[in-house]
Amino acid sequence: MEQVLRRKQKGNLARAFYRFKKNPLSLVGLSIILVMILIAILAPFIAPYPGDSAGAVHFKQMFQPPSWKHPFGTDEVGRDVLSRVIFGSRISLMLGIVVLFVAVGVGIPLGLFAGYLGGKVESVIMRITDIFLAIPPLVLALAVTAVLERNLYNSMFAIAFTWWPWYTRLAYGEALSKKEEDFVEVSESLGASRTYIMFREILPNMTSSLLVKITLDMGYAILVGAALGFLGLGAQPPTPEWGTLVSLGRIHLPKMWWLSTFAGLAIFITVLGFNLLGDGLRDFFDVEVE
Amino acid sequence: MTVLSIANLKIHFDTIDGTAKVLDDVCLSVNEAEVVGLVGETGCGKSVTAKTILGSLPMPPGKVLDGKILFFGDDLLKLDKHDRHRVMSEKMSYIPQDPMASLNPVFTVGEQMGDLIRWQGRRRVGPLEFLGLRRGRHNAVAKAVKLLDRVEIPAPKEIVRRYPIELSGGMRQRVLIAMALIGRPSLLIADEPTTALDVTIQKGVLTLIEEKVEEEELSVLYITHNLGVARRLCNRVYVMYGGAIAETAKTKDLLKDPIHPYTCGLISSIPKLTGDEFKGIDGRIPDYIDPPTGCRFHPRCPQLMPICGQEKPELIEVKDDHLVACHLFSRGGGR
Amino acid sequence: MRSTYLLYRLIYMVLVLLGVSLLIFFLARVMPGDPARLALGPEATQEQVASLRHKLGLDRPLYTQYYVFLRGLFKGELGMSLITKRDVFKDLIQRLPATLELVMTAMLIAIIGGIPLGVLSALNKDRTIDQISRVFAFAGVSFPRFWIGIMFQIAFAYILGLLPITGRISGDPPTRITGLYLLDSLIARDFPAFVDSFKHLLLPSLTLSLSPLAQITRITRANMIEQLRKDYSIVMRTIGMPEVVNIYKYMLKNAFTSTLTVIGLLTGWMIGNAFVIEQVFSWPGMARYGVNSVLRNDFNAVVGVTLVIAVGYVVINLIVDLLYGYLDPRIRLKR
Repeated sequence: MEQVLRRKQKGNLARAFYRFKKNPLSLVGLSIILVMILIAILAPFIAPYPGDSAGAVHFKQMFQPPSWKHPFGTDEVGRDVLSRVIFGSRISLMLGIVVLFVAVGVGIPLGLFAGYLGGKVESVIMRITDIFLAIPPLVLALAVTAVLERNLYNSMFAIAFTWWPWYTRLAYGEALSKKEEDFVEVSESLGASRTYIMFREILPNMTSSLLVKITLDMGYAILVGAALGFLGLGAQPPTPEWGTLVSLGRIHLPKMWWLSTFAGLAIFITVLGFNLLGDGLRDFFDVEVE
Repeated sequence: MTVLSIANLKIHFDTIDGTAKVLDDVCLSVNEAEVVGLVGETGCGKSVTAKTILGSLPMPPGKVLDGKILFFGDDLLKLDKHDRHRVMSEKMSYIPQDPMASLNPVFTVGEQMGDLIRWQGRRRVGPLEFLGLRRGRHNAVAKAVKLLDRVEIPAPKEIVRRYPIELSGGMRQRVLIAMALIGRPSLLIADEPTTALDVTIQKGVLTLIEEKVEEEELSVLYITHNLGVARRLCNRVYVMYGGAIAETAKTKDLLKDPIHPYTCGLISSIPKLTGDEFKGIDGRIPDYIDPPTGCRFHPRCPQLMPICGQEKPELIEVKDDHLVACHLFSRGGGR
Repeated sequence: MRSTYLLYRLIYMVLVLLGVSLLIFFLARVMPGDPARLALGPEATQEQVASLRHKLGLDRPLYTQYYVFLRGLFKGELGMSLITKRDVFKDLIQRLPATLELVMTAMLIAIIGGIPLGVLSALNKDRTIDQISRVFAFAGVSFPRFWIGIMFQIAFAYILGLLPITGRISGDPPTRITGLYLLDSLIARDFPAFVDSFKHLLLPSLTLSLSPLAQITRITRANMIEQLRKDYSIVMRTIGMPEVVNIYKYMLKNAFTSTLTVIGLLTGWMIGNAFVIEQVFSWPGMARYGVNSVLRNDFNAVVGVTLVIAVGYVVINLIVDLLYGYLDPRIRLKR
């Protein structure tokens, strides 16, 4: 009998790891992300020409194809593309973190309030959310960046501005369904404050699906950020944001192909990493059907 | 004539926690026009047995280690997928347990029955037929209406156009029975068909099954945990415990004169209206991953003997057509 | 009952759109820079700027402006574009078909490719074909659209020289009926134009379709896997339904209803995100027009484009919802 119970308990964490391991792709995703984070943190140390990340110009070396000295080639003013791409990782990762932080920080509480408190609060919050959700994210981000000055920080704000409704909806759904459950009623009858119930009872139940969503959204936020950069609405040159780099290199196609290719490749690999990791986490938490 | 004969069936099932030895030498048989009950608690392996016969046990985690399932002489376990599908569709059928989950919710009753009537047992369906462009559809639905009538569903012409969600549990079960009867099968495997229904509805469904058995001369393997139902419907009963058969006899004999300690325990567990003290059976169902040695019931047996933990008892005929697997009656044990 | 639901949804839709229009309107008005001055250029005098401001109604209070805007909306006017100097509505009419053609083709590719791939992956779960499609699905959603578009251009246009790099058509466009070049050229039997448009359409729609294709594949796969586990699928198979019918009719319909929501969302998403593609491929669509308007502070155009996109989004959601009800009787009957 003891034996049976013990075996069942080995259960949950071991099972979770078993599931995660079963999917080698998620390990690949995790490694990609870790490598990217390392690159971003150590950028000044690993970039071969750290000065090239900002304003240095070396006209004599412009437009050089990839070589041992410059693995990714050089750009139109002679800067080392590899170094610029490395520094670009800092920008994209920071963008993802900031956007998600704001979106989650604003969206989740709003959703919890709407779902749990109901009534007028619910109607107002959810109507506003619906309106925001009616506009495709990139379009709204576009509109917002147009209103503000064009730089990296404003583009981050714009994206966060369009991102929060998704988290509100998530929290709202969760709060609605959990509101009626027993453990909530018990807390209520014990006199717990409403904030306590929302943040200490309902919210923890969402952690697994929340974590999965945040991981996946990191990738998508970076993608949107790069798209804005590509359109010229995000970080401005000489900041080596990946999207900006792709757009700058576009004019010189197809001869100087290395200018756009590697920056885009970096975006792709990073987003891929987040997607793989997010999917692996989904298996780990057993959140949804495979 | 034996319709179904299972001999020494051994099934293992791989799980995360280990390999569960779910079936351990199951033997049973069903004769023509006989209703055989397979009785046991939840978790004794009756559903696994049924699923193995029907071929719906997922075979990667499941493994057949030994045994034969002879259906009209063919060993089902040795047939290839297509032959098995054909043989079974023509002569065997199935009534599932949960009428709520057993009907496809987005198609009408008539459509599901009509498709079955037209295409049961076939491997291929021509593209035109599939799209419903051939005339057979109309006739099929008419046949479905007749079938529904025979399971005593009121207003079958209406029901045929309804979706499963619009029907009550009892009605859905009748629909499932009608569907099971489509190909005029010889053997029906009923997996606790009344468990999910209200007691008042159960009676109607049971009566229906009784009638059909008589009309169509069906053989039935009726799986249930309810001895009362078994008593009513079955000619003979197999009592199952821990993945093996404990005792089997004609229903009358079994209930009047139970031999195996487990059977005795089961029967005495039924609360009687006379208000006598009622006993249950101590203990819990065995752990299939690490099952008890010897007789799987021995940890709970009130008549435990040393040999019970060492050797597995064989199914021996103790009286006329009454077999038990218990050391009290084996050569190594008592009498 | 269904018509009241429809009415309710329509009213709700209008309200949401009103809210959207309000949001965008004020957003646009808040844009920095004086639109009148931007339109006239730095050499214009104060009086000229003031007079244009007056003409555009910019010197009146915001709520009056909004009212004028709404009134104009009913007349089919969206205000004047500062760049093209025409009514935004006319600008949009001219450019909308290009975007629509792009989006519809991309969605077609995504569905025709995605659903079969999803079904195939589900049926071959964890085997090679499933693993490949998984990798492909991940890649599909991770590609930055603008970058993969450029890569395609390099590969197919520059290196292989098979397809044109940019633009919608090289020769003369077909006589305009719907504005959709493929359709119009077929109607006018202008086959050179058809081939020409097709070649131009291929790369941009392919690029746009990648992410939706990947998503549709994954969600179809997930749904089909769920269907394969459902009781009714197993029951169907057991009582003799041919597997082909079971999969491609019964399970697929159930799986599809869920996929449909995603398709609806994706179409809306595509409409909103087509502009990156339009930018890369110099596609003369509405999205590109919208981006230019934003970049150049052409506020009427911005409002117009956003409104059109929002309308598209909301209408598609409505259609999807109605289709959902049509396909799944459980939802229909609850309404």
